[in-house]
Amino acid sequence: MLPIDIFLSALANGLMTGAVYALVALGLTLVYGVLHIINFAHGATLTAAMYAVWVAHDRFGLDPYVAVFPLTVLFFALGYALQRYVIGPASHGSDSNILLVTLGLSILIENALLAGFRSDTRSIDVPYGFSVVEIGALFLSLPKVIAFAASFVVAGLLWLLMAHTDIGKAIRAVSREKTGAALSGIHVEHVYAVTFGLGAACLAIAAALLMPTFLVNPRVGNAFVLVAFTIVVLGGMGSVAGALLGGLIIGVVESLSGLYFGESLGQIGIFLIFILVLLVRPSGLFGARA
Amino acid sequence: MKGATPYLPILVAVAALAVLPVSATSNTLLNFLTFALIVTLAAQGWNLLAGYGGQFSFGHAAFFGTGAYAMALLQVRFGVNAWAALPVAVLLGAAVGFAIGFLAFRARLRGAYFALVTLAFAEVFRILANAWAFTGGAAGVLVPLRLQVSAMQFEDKRALYWLALGFVAAVLVLTAAVARSRFGARLVALRENEDAARALGVDTLRVKLGAITLSAGITALAGCLYTQKFLYLDAGLAYGTWISVEALLAPIVGGLGTVFGPLIGALVLLGLGETTKIAIGHVLSGSLPGIDLVVFGALLVLVVAYAPNGVIGLADRLLRRRPRPAGEGAP
Repeated sequence: MLPIDIFLSALANGLMTGAVYALVALGLTLVYGVLHIINFAHGATLTAAMYAVWVAHDRFGLDPYVAVFPLTVLFFALGYALQRYVIGPASHGSDSNILLVTLGLSILIENALLAGFRSDTRSIDVPYGFSVVEIGALFLSLPKVIAFAASFVVAGLLWLLMAHTDIGKAIRAVSREKTGAALSGIHVEHVYAVTFGLGAACLAIAAALLMPTFLVNPRVGNAFVLVAFTIVVLGGMGSVAGALLGGLIIGVVESLSGLYFGESLGQIGIFLIFILVLLVRPSGLFGARA
Repeated sequence: MKGATPYLPILVAVAALAVLPVSATSNTLLNFLTFALIVTLAAQGWNLLAGYGGQFSFGHAAFFGTGAYAMALLQVRFGVNAWAALPVAVLLGAAVGFAIGFLAFRARLRGAYFALVTLAFAEVFRILANAWAFTGGAAGVLVPLRLQVSAMQFEDKRALYWLALGFVAAVLVLTAAVARSRFGARLVALRENEDAARALGVDTLRVKLGAITLSAGITALAGCLYTQKFLYLDAGLAYGTWISVEALLAPIVGGLGTVFGPLIGALVLLGLGETTKIAIGHVLSGSLPGIDLVVFGALLVLVVAYAPNGVIGLADRLLRRRPRPAGEGAP
């Protein structure tokens, strides 16, 4: 058996990684909840956002925590335009077409990044990158603690937006009853695009929170995308609270299985959970039974 | 189409492809065509399940990789003759297809959920093959070079091409036969409306299981030939997403749910990928990694947007449009 403090530090690390996973999953679950489709370009968009953070730091000397503000706006706009002018028109409203179009976009984005940045792994060097916070007997990485806290803030803001603003109400109306919403004067295409934009904005925030402790290469999104799908499935499709809780669970599972089974097999736990949940309870642990 | 008509174009196409390397013996062309035929097999496997049955798998790498690894490991670890290893590898691939299908279809996974679960299975296999010493781990597995007919390795590179072409011909005939069979009709019925098909008394689980087993076996065959062509495998090559993507792109670009779609799509896509690589290499005096895939991705979006029936649908539309004005006496 491993000493208790190693176990506890793995647990804490898992929770912190899980919070960022949750942020990545939040965008995915939001888009699913409204458009009822699965966005395969989600991982590639995250990779693009991570490169954007890298470029902001490397070329313009911007700290990720500063760059996050313009980048969130930029990715919201990109997500909006992508849904409104590419995914929507190209897919003619059919689910399987959206699946294929977003798959096509993910291949395109990922390989455009590969062509532009080559396959080298890149990271950024911030002065606080290796700073540590001491909580009890635990030594926690400062950027990870910030990421953990920020994820909860973003999830809270998103919840407020959905519950209390006009656009939030419109999004919920469209997700429940598309035709009815359209009849009562809601511009459905606009609401779709806003939802997609919000999903992309979440990714920009996640990217800024990840970069101080993470590496980026053109394929890094792949590692996140199935994890995010797992969280979305686990938390119940379309549920914000489910995504948050699912993210934390998956973070802990990955961290602990990495501790006990080794790095290379750590990820397998996630896929197995994913397959099991889909096979046994496709509506998710917290979702209503379909 | 009735009678022998669907089989005639297969004969013509295969005959044309068969004589191609007799005159043109360029190694580059031969390698390209052989690889395109291997992709065609994987794509035809995918097309049977998705094009005819409407079940979009994003994880056909699970079947391709199982065929490829079984072919390699049976020879390397157990000293099995390559010709005996091939049918065993195909059956193993089909068995994996049946198992995944049984789990997924029993749980009533459809659409995006089915796509995701197949992708997850392929990833599990990839991680296992990368970690397990038996499969060579991260170093992969090397099939020793023995240029003997018994090892399915040939002095003349054209032999493997013709062998692959033979398999493609057989699979084209099989697809045409399935499309005209009662099983094929049930498969299409369930693609069009699963609930209605079930209401009409189609045992949808059984039809879907049959389709995925057949589909997986054909894709595993592609994996076998891949092993014999390159004599080297690792987890990324065998179980990587690249083959899942090629297997689904080729039929979509060529023509989903058609006999020739995968063949045409594979030739068009791979040809386009090669051309792009060469063209960009010339312009920038150096190759850009991934640029062929950028074209793939853009093409997938464009095909879905403007040519939902692929190259075949496009050709059909163009050919039909021309005689119509003449027949109607238009100027």
